[in-house]
Amino acid sequence: MRTILKVTAVTVAAAMALSACAASDRDEPEAEDGGGTTSSGRDTFIFAASADPASLDPAFANDGESFRVARQIFEGLVGTEPGTADPAPLLAESWEVSEDGLEYVFDLKRDVTFHDGTPFDGEAVCANFERWNSFTGVLQSESLSYYWQKVNGGFASSDVESLDGTGKYESCAAPDEHTAVITLASPLPEFISALSLPSFSMQSPTALEEYGADDVGGDSAAPVLPEYATEHPTGTGPFVFDSWTRGQEIVLAGNPDYWGEQGQVQRIVFTVIDDPTARRQALQAGDIDGFDLVGPADVVALEEEGFQIVDREPFNILYLGMNQADPDLADLTVRQAIAHAINKEALVAQTLPEGTEVATNFVPPSVAGWSSDVETYEYDPDRARELLAEAGKSDLTIDFNYPTNVSRPYMPTPEQVFQSISADLEEVGITVNAVPEPWAPDYLDRMQGTPDHGLHLLGWTGDYNDTYNFIGVFFGAESNEWGFSDPELFEMIGDTRYQTSVDEQTAAYEAANEAILERLPGVPLAHPVPSLAFSPSVQGYPASPVQDEVYNVISLDD
Amino acid sequence: MLRLVMQRLALLVPTLLGLSVLLFLWVRALPGGPATALLGERATPDAVERINALYGFDRPLVEQYLTWLGQLLQGNFGTSTRTGRPVLDEFLVRFPATIELTLLALVIAVGVGIPLGYLAARHQGRALDHTTVGASLLGVTIPVFFLAFLLKYLFAVQLGWFPSAGRQNPAMISTHPTGFYVLDGLLTREWDAAWDAMAHLVLPAVALGSIPLAIITRITRASVIEVQNADYVRTARAKGLRPPRLRRRVVLRNAMLPVSTTIGLQVGLLLSGAVLTETVFAFNGIGSFLANAVFNLDYAVLQGFILFIAVVYALVNLAVDVSYGLIDPRMRVR
Repeated sequence: MRTILKVTAVTVAAAMALSACAASDRDEPEAEDGGGTTSSGRDTFIFAASADPASLDPAFANDGESFRVARQIFEGLVGTEPGTADPAPLLAESWEVSEDGLEYVFDLKRDVTFHDGTPFDGEAVCANFERWNSFTGVLQSESLSYYWQKVNGGFASSDVESLDGTGKYESCAAPDEHTAVITLASPLPEFISALSLPSFSMQSPTALEEYGADDVGGDSAAPVLPEYATEHPTGTGPFVFDSWTRGQEIVLAGNPDYWGEQGQVQRIVFTVIDDPTARRQALQAGDIDGFDLVGPADVVALEEEGFQIVDREPFNILYLGMNQADPDLADLTVRQAIAHAINKEALVAQTLPEGTEVATNFVPPSVAGWSSDVETYEYDPDRARELLAEAGKSDLTIDFNYPTNVSRPYMPTPEQVFQSISADLEEVGITVNAVPEPWAPDYLDRMQGTPDHGLHLLGWTGDYNDTYNFIGVFFGAESNEWGFSDPELFEMIGDTRYQTSVDEQTAAYEAANEAILERLPGVPLAHPVPSLAFSPSVQGYPASPVQDEVYNVISLDD
Repeated sequence: MLRLVMQRLALLVPTLLGLSVLLFLWVRALPGGPATALLGERATPDAVERINALYGFDRPLVEQYLTWLGQLLQGNFGTSTRTGRPVLDEFLVRFPATIELTLLALVIAVGVGIPLGYLAARHQGRALDHTTVGASLLGVTIPVFFLAFLLKYLFAVQLGWFPSAGRQNPAMISTHPTGFYVLDGLLTREWDAAWDAMAHLVLPAVALGSIPLAIITRITRASVIEVQNADYVRTARAKGLRPPRLRRRVVLRNAMLPVSTTIGLQVGLLLSGAVLTETVFAFNGIGSFLANAVFNLDYAVLQGFILFIAVVYALVNLAVDVSYGLIDPRMRVR
């Protein structure tokens, strides 16, 4: 018996000691340095990521978490103007484009070295472009070189016919140390904008070679990333890779030899917390400094508790698709009736985060090509009823597909959006048949793989400042999602993509946007604001519509 | 004894084979495909087809199964489609975390459950007994994730006594030779790191240990009450055995038999409970990894991990059977 009591007493004592210890840790936040093993002070910035990055080699990544880390380690030739999606000089100080739009001459920044000491010069630029273009085998899979494939359109050679030598990139030359000349086979006006993607960051040719960056997977099984992409990412950015504990954290350290402003943050820890509630609680508990993709419901609660909410300028679109494979929706008058029936202002106010703008185009206003002259289909239930009567569809019943249990940057709460819209539709006499489905894979499969859906909610977040990146994705060709074939429209959008004069291109995109809204394949609903949350001590977070956010400009108060 | 162990190990083979068939078929019967999980929301049918061909998802089921089984036998659990790393590697990185967590949970469950059950039995019918029985009923009925959430909200978010997530304070710089963070802290004499890792373990371990704790308490109580009233105890007492010695050598030892069976069964519960607890506390063990694999339809990981957990479960139960012999000499004869 005495033993039992002893065990119990020891357990209790241990628990108390522990809690006391943990409590004292919190009482002296960060500043105290226990036994020399904790680095704290206010030069460590702890950000909660929602998942591990897919790859530390940004050429093999296309997901937000990989890009978040890559932005700190790497820099591309082209960056963005702070707070906008517009391209701006970064590792290239300036560039000139030949009149035919085929030759790009980049004047490179001087005295820049990669983290491993390799100088950044024209040769390094060419090594990177040549690397991307000569990817072979597994490296050409979409899960890896997605963006090179998407922007360039192909590789030097490929077993897949549609990718074999079909790329825009032709060659790269380095006439001197500070110049790189890229030659394209045919014009690609979005080239400069696209180069601001982290996938096209400049990486140290020496490190790429040394750590076998292209040695992906031995066989045709799932790609297994090489040492470079997991342990040795080497760029020119303000932070140097330190360590990656799978599923737990990624640690970066300040780059003492950074060419620009190093700033206050000397250590970044991306701690992986996959549950959104757990991220919020970690911030409330003081375990982290900030996190991304704050739910609209949490925004208010966190603000009331004194946390900072930082909004990004929206670079996305939420829309209601109207699949024309459905005979009722194939009728333009019905589609117009639906558009007039929806109260977008109320929808935004009720279901989307504060600051969200009502959408009129399928591109956000910050993108060149957005038109103010599109048909806007103002909220007018009477007009909607009239149109329905005109079409002889006054007792219309329609399927409405929406995803459940998912939160996308452009659609935090799909169920609420569905409720709001279907109430509007019922109001004008349309009977809504709700078809909820889990987001992945059911919902997406149904949207993209089958014609079997009616009204549906979907959206898109842009990659870089280019209209084609939005409307080209939606209406560039016939697709299951929209269920219509309109060669005239497809051609219009396709031709505009390759126009070399920026002014003409912008005008043509505006015309394309107007043409789309005339045909009304769907109703653009809103450009929801994505929010980040930070502890009060974080100052100057560089929120960017395309998430070009580098932490060397952040300051941390005590 | 050795024969028993060998027999049980031999039985494992058909069990695991059957399980592997079930697992294989179940995973293939899931809606959607791994290609969609890989390629994301704008995948074209062409791309999906390419991926299916690349990964062999389009070959006959029997062929896929035999290939997979052959790889399993060589210790190749496949590659995670989500992380692109071998399942075994992913697993080995995370296993120490889960072992630490389940061990502490088990220590709490056993270390508190047995004394508590014993005390309740000795004070049968009195306030302590009623409280214990009531509390353990509550413990069994509260779902693990709910308790985890509650503990976290109260002790991490509101009171701030414990960290809310992870295995270690991200601001801490420490070395990890073994991957067992508490042990690492002790080995490298980074005491604050060991304390910190321990503090991160407390809440999840209490949450995880709650149900086993409640069950162990109840079983111990019932078992001790039964043994207390057994004839041989009365005889021993009549023969003049002193109460402390009687309690230790006769009552407790005899009462432990059903309790040790229960503890073995709880290990399975702990492993499945770890999936929820680790997710709530963003604790990077195999539990949260498995939960992620489910959400991402990561076939290889699902198959490999469930198979592995089944092996662990079977081995633990074997160990429990063997432990009977240690507790009860009569069992050693067989």
